[in-house]
Amino acid sequence: MDTMSLLMQGFAVALTPESIMFAVIGAILGTLIGALPGLGPANGVAILIPLAFSLGLSPTSSLILLTSVYAGAMYGGRISSILLNIPGDEPAMMTCLDGYPMAVKGKAAEALAISAIASFFGSFIATIGLVILAPILAKFALKFGPSEYFALFALAFATLGGITGKNQFKTLMAAAIGLMIATVGIDISTGVQRFTYNTLELFEGVDFIIAIVGLFAISELLFFLERHAGDGLKQVAINKLKLSPKDIIKVLPASFRGAVLGFVAGVLPGAGASLGSFISYTLEKRVSDKGEFGKGDPRGVAAPEAGNNGAASGALVPMLTLGVPGSGTTAVLLAMLISLNISPGPMLFQQNADLVWGVIAAMFVGNLVLLLLNIPMVGIFVKLLSIPPKYLMPVVTLIASVGIYSVSHSALDLYFMVGFGVLGYIFRKVDIPLVPIILGMLLGPEMEKSLRHALVLSDGDWGVLFNSGLSIGLWTVAILGLVLPIIIGPIVRAKMKRSKDTVKDS
Amino acid sequence: MLKTLSLKSVLITGAAALTIAGQAYAYEPARSAECIAPANPGGGWDFTCRSVGKVLVDQKYFSGNVQTVNMSGAGGGVAFAHTVSKRDSDANLIVAASTATTTRLAQGQFPGMNADQVKWVGTLGADYGIIAVGKDSKYTSLTQMIEALKKDPGAVKFAGGSASGGWDHLKVLMTAQKANVEKLPRIRYLAFSGGSEALVQVVGGHVDAFTGDISEVKGFMDSGDLRVLAVLSEERLPAPFDAIPTAMEQGIDSVAPNWRGFYVPGNAEADSYDWWVSTIDELYKTQEWKDVMTKNGLMPFHKSGADFTQFVKNQTLDIKILSQDIGLIK
Repeated sequence: MDTMSLLMQGFAVALTPESIMFAVIGAILGTLIGALPGLGPANGVAILIPLAFSLGLSPTSSLILLTSVYAGAMYGGRISSILLNIPGDEPAMMTCLDGYPMAVKGKAAEALAISAIASFFGSFIATIGLVILAPILAKFALKFGPSEYFALFALAFATLGGITGKNQFKTLMAAAIGLMIATVGIDISTGVQRFTYNTLELFEGVDFIIAIVGLFAISELLFFLERHAGDGLKQVAINKLKLSPKDIIKVLPASFRGAVLGFVAGVLPGAGASLGSFISYTLEKRVSDKGEFGKGDPRGVAAPEAGNNGAASGALVPMLTLGVPGSGTTAVLLAMLISLNISPGPMLFQQNADLVWGVIAAMFVGNLVLLLLNIPMVGIFVKLLSIPPKYLMPVVTLIASVGIYSVSHSALDLYFMVGFGVLGYIFRKVDIPLVPIILGMLLGPEMEKSLRHALVLSDGDWGVLFNSGLSIGLWTVAILGLVLPIIIGPIVRAKMKRSKDTVKDS
Repeated sequence: MLKTLSLKSVLITGAAALTIAGQAYAYEPARSAECIAPANPGGGWDFTCRSVGKVLVDQKYFSGNVQTVNMSGAGGGVAFAHTVSKRDSDANLIVAASTATTTRLAQGQFPGMNADQVKWVGTLGADYGIIAVGKDSKYTSLTQMIEALKKDPGAVKFAGGSASGGWDHLKVLMTAQKANVEKLPRIRYLAFSGGSEALVQVVGGHVDAFTGDISEVKGFMDSGDLRVLAVLSEERLPAPFDAIPTAMEQGIDSVAPNWRGFYVPGNAEADSYDWWVSTIDELYKTQEWKDVMTKNGLMPFHKSGADFTQFVKNQTLDIKILSQDIGLIK
């Protein structure tokens, strides 16, 4: 087994003291970020990118740190869902349904433990999926020529709204803004400068890392300022943990099903973690014998948690092999990879085998660390939830500024960062989603390039875009991805809302 | 405390330099120096700064350290402008450069700036250009490919990792020009955002030919997926690349080294320039640097001082004329 030996080499990288240290730091920070309501995994990774830059970390260490933050955030989201009935992030919404009732019944510790175990299973199984699927897909990616890539990017944009997205029009608008920003800079197909007005700093376009940090981290700061930097959340007491092996075995099938479903949802572009946890929960409700879903059934905690963690690892598959992110957070990770001069795609597995397999192995290590952190030490995170943001946000801003400045030593970048922060604040106020902006910036130039290449190769014949089975398949999925949410979306959202309302009523 | 320490170490290094080299410069380097890599971490310029910085410190040219500062933007233009406008007399600054720098200077892509505004120190190796095809291609030699281009300049489509008009594109045009291919602007070039992306498209059979550097192709060459038709060097490269014929062997007088080197600010004291030139000369000869070159696939290519300055002048002029000929610039 070739993959096996590569993975073993990966473990050699992941088990160095340095890698383990960054995995642990990432896991702790990630869990904390995930637990704080409002700060999702995409924000978490965006906030910590500058940290990696200002510490001058190697690409491998940076990626280990950030994937651990990502996994940690998926774990952490459940803490406030269960204790406060406020999802720490969107994917953790389904965990409220049975998690909070369990906490109300005085079983908060059990709910936290079960969800941690389920999260572990979700991540673990999905990472195995990643190990199996990614190399296959990386080889298959050689079949992608410019016209297939163009269809794939069209698919990524078409499914952007996703099933859980609220307003298709605003999503479209956000993507268009991203595409517009992406046109600034040199057009590599002709060597012509676009919208640069002879400003040297704009010649290479707007750096998406700056846009990401501004849009996510700085706008977060502005939001906190607006809320008068209030105090932390009130502390919740947790009971003593009483969990027998039998209880764990009981939730294993649910965790397994959730993990597989989540992984599949994660691999598909656009679907993402929220959908992963939603379908896992719904399916679990269907297949399980009666049970007490919505009233504190442990399986209702396990399934969505396994689902959203599975989706998180699944979303890395298209990002690493094709360079097309499957979710908002992987889009942020992709931006990070590009600014470290590492181009994702089939070559990544050839040229940077050490890095890829090191990071994948580190995901296994990080996952184990997270399990350990989240069962015996969950009390610490609960305490951390009550840190007033007035201490937290200045630290975030400091890290962001130092990090961005250290990338290119340009004060102009800082102005841009603040500019994007204000823009992000305004967009969030009017409910324009931020992730499509980033995707537009990241994928826009690639999409344009693919289209031009396809047309050069065919000497200007547009038919080339539909001349292989693969591209026709991709176009079909793209059209389905665009149309289905308009039909099914409202139904799914209504269901999600209804199941949430039932919990509140009971 | 710090001041006396640095003064002392300067005196000691100064004395050491006097006895070892037997030659005194009026200029003595400070404790530390700065190397600007005009791109993000991880690229070629970043590598140049970090590896040279390390060898400079290991070989005791500096008692402190050589700090690498990444300053990306405009393909090196931001760093060039910074050097010219803000650091024009800084004797302890070097800036990494390569053929990409001269290409952009020649094409006027650093507005209002030219190669005479800085002093060119020297090169420490080069990465030679190659032209390659996928394993199923009908071309087995560069001559065949050139014949096809002579009949129809659009017959072969090239993929490369630089923007249109950039070094990878120019390599194809220079080779075609030397082989007397007509209608150069009609040669098709597909610009990708990196050599590896372009390579995948050629190996996947979507684009006819790859233009890039030798260091980029080893993986696919070993696996047999890629056939390198010619290397654009004066002589054959050392093993494991010694089986690749040069373009010159095939009757096409095209040489394209992508050199790695440095420039320093234009108005630093004259002695400091001399110090940097002789230091780079010495560094190139050390075993440690030879090891760095072998490990990273850099080929021998060394020019310095006046020699290098003339080389940069010629290269800039050549690229300018070629770019005008093919209509890339006016």
